[in-house]
Parts: sequence; structure tokens; C-alpha cells
Amino acid sequence: MIVMFELNGKSVSARVVHPTSLLAMLRDELRLPGSKNACEEGECGSCSVILDGDLVCSCLVMAADVERSVVTTVEGVGDDGKLHPVQQAMLDSGGVQCGFCTPGIVMTAVDLFDRVESPSPDDIREALAGNICRCTGYGAILRGLEAL
Amino acid sequence: MDFVVATDLEEALDALGRGALPLAGGTDLMVGVNAGQRPDNVVALRRVRELRQRNGQRIGAGVTWRVIEDEGPRALAQAARTVGSPQIRNAGTLGGNVGTASPAGDGLPFLAAVDAEIELTSREGVRTLRWDEFFTGVKETARRTDELITAVVLPAALPGRQEFAKIGVRNAMVIATVACVVTRADDGTTTVALGSVAPTPIRIPEAEELAKTLSDPGSAALDEFQHLVAAGVRPITDHRSTEEYRRHGAGVLARRLLTRCLREGAA
Repeated sequence: MIVMFELNGKSVSARVVHPTSLLAMLRDELRLPGSKNACEEGECGSCSVILDGDLVCSCLVMAADVERSVVTTVEGVGDDGKLHPVQQAMLDSGGVQCGFCTPGIVMTAVDLFDRVESPSPDDIREALAGNICRCTGYGAILRGLEAL
Repeated sequence: MDFVVATDLEEALDALGRGALPLAGGTDLMVGVNAGQRPDNVVALRRVRELRQRNGQRIGAGVTWRVIEDEGPRALAQAARTVGSPQIRNAGTLGGNVGTASPAGDGLPFLAAVDAEIELTSREGVRTLRWDEFFTGVKETARRTDELITAVVLPAALPGRQEFAKIGVRNAMVIATVACVVTRADDGTTTVALGSVAPTPIRIPEAEELAKTLSDPGSAALDEFQHLVAAGVRPITDHRSTEEYRRHGAGVLARRLLTRCLREGAA
């Protein structure tokens, strides 16, 4: 089955063997490994992408259901080689240890700052409730995002 | 292998008539797919506009937790805030919660507490079942496979005071060990509904009868109320908790929520 959609501002098409997830399509067919595959059940947030304006776990989206949709992944948040302010903030605060959860946390924070102009520390914590950092580097992540 | 991206109700009902499995937010179905399940006939409902509508007391089945968090009736909004993570609340829908019919479905105690109805639509027509006719067992409902859950219909007048709470091992991203809704109307009518303590959401009529006679949040009769709730649930021991803990938690939660309703009434 061929799925056509808009990915990071460009029209793309991908051949998938249904049923599979948007995450598998992104990583295996479209060769975008930024979105990470870990729990495959919506617990860890490391596969977070923005689908038609909503932050979702791409492992829980049926690839075929993305037809004619608009998807933004971590590969699409920066601007022509320049990091997104959220990415820069995470770097500056040392909010990256092993880095596995980082793309998901970046997507969650990008979505939060798009929706809420000046999120409070509590807003940031609530927004990150679905993103697990196995290194437990939350302190540095929060400090980076609170500085934005 | 068949996959239909339905854009309106007609298309969705046609696909269901041909045996398709309904896919709403994917937060349950895709977990199965990722674990190796291969549903060969699926209809995606995300774009069916009719399912996303809210008209008064009728909440379309495709309304997401994110929307209910902001716009739902008080105790249902409280429940919505405890569903998964922001990512899950953006995808998961009330209709999906109802259709999956997990004993731990966060939205289900509220539906039981207010005697909500489930609207089912097929090519044959529309029928509406009360929550206790609809939920028949653990992940079992009275829905025929050709029927689509199109809406949850709440009564015209909702109780003025309503409170939800759930017990879990942590604050966020948690499946309920016990969930409870208590509602109270101005005339003292009280409902007590619980989740995760029986195969389906349940009400505790004996506790409701007693609660109707109470008005003082400090009343000693709250001990008896708590006891009736604990005695009225039918929990099991599983990987998430024990029968004893759930029974105890059910009584404690119901008492706490009734107290909140009474305090609010007195204020």
C-alpha cells in the first residue's frame, strides 16, 4: 500500500505493508530515524510527532491513516540547518544524556511552546508527563525549557 | 486486507457492514498491532466529522480526551485529565474508551454515575442503550460488529456536584487501580460509581440510599457509607493490585468524594 502525506513541509509517499505504524513508516521506509522506537504502547513518548496539529505517539498511529495528513518530526523542527530554540535550550542546559528520549522531548516542548506562550514550570512538567528519560535527566531538561 | 479512511458516517457504516474493525485514536488497537496482531479489515474514523461533534448533552464518540479536559462536564473533565499523557489524550476518544470497555476505562465511572446512554448506529438504524445494558463484561459490550458507537448521550440535567478521583501507583500515565465518581443533586440524590473493581463499571445502590440521608460532611454515618461501598464492589487480584487493596481503596475514595460533594453543597 502507498501512503501519501506531507512530511516536514514536503509531499512524500511511502510504500508500507499494512498494518504498520507511522513510526515504522518514518524509520524504515522514509529513513528518518529521529523518532525513536521503544515501548510501542504509548508509555514512553520517544516516538512523539505532530500529526495534523496534535502531538501524538507515532507508534500508535496506523500508517495508512496518515494519508493526506501533515506530519512534523524532529527532523523538521529546525530551520535550514539552524536548531529550533527548544533544541538549543536543551543543549545549553545539558538536557541530553544518552539522547534517546531527546527527540520525543523536543517534539513535546515544541508543541507546548506553540500552544502556550509562556508556560509555567507546572505546565512544562504536565506536558512532559508522557516522556520518559531513562537517564532521569529531568532536572537539566526542565531547567533548559524553563529558561525559554 | 482492507483499509478504509472514512471521511463521513456513511463510509464508516458501509465498512463496518463489511466486517471492518473500527480504529479511533489507536491507543488500544495499535498496541495490539505493535504486538503482532494483524487485523485485516480496518476502518479509520479520525476524519469522520459527525463523530467529533458535541451538541448539548450529546458527545460525539470521536471527541478526544483533550477536548473533554477543557469542555466536558466537571467529573468527566477530571477523569479526562488523568487519561495517559498529553499524547494519548490528543489521540484517544470517549467512544474508544466506551468501545474497548476495559474495566479500568477512566471515562466509564462517570457514564455510570449519570446513567449515560450509548448511541449505536448501523445501516439498519440507530439504537440507544443505557450504560448498564451496553457494558456486559470485561472488554465485552452489546455492540454488534456492524454497529458504530456514534455518541454518548448524557441526561438533560446533570447533578450540580460531581467529583472524580482514581488511585494509581503514580500521578501521571497510570491505569487506575480504583476509580470513582460521586455525584449529588440539590435534592440530595447521590450516585456512587466505580471502575477497576468489577468486570464493568458499577454503582453501589446501598451506599447511594444511605448517602441520600446525609448532609453533614463530618457525619459518623460516613463510616457506614465507606463500609457499604467496600462491601459492594467485586474486585479481583491481578498484576496491578489485590482484591483487598481495591476493596479498601473503593471505600476510601467514595467517602472522600462524597465529603467533597457535601462540603461544596454546604459552602
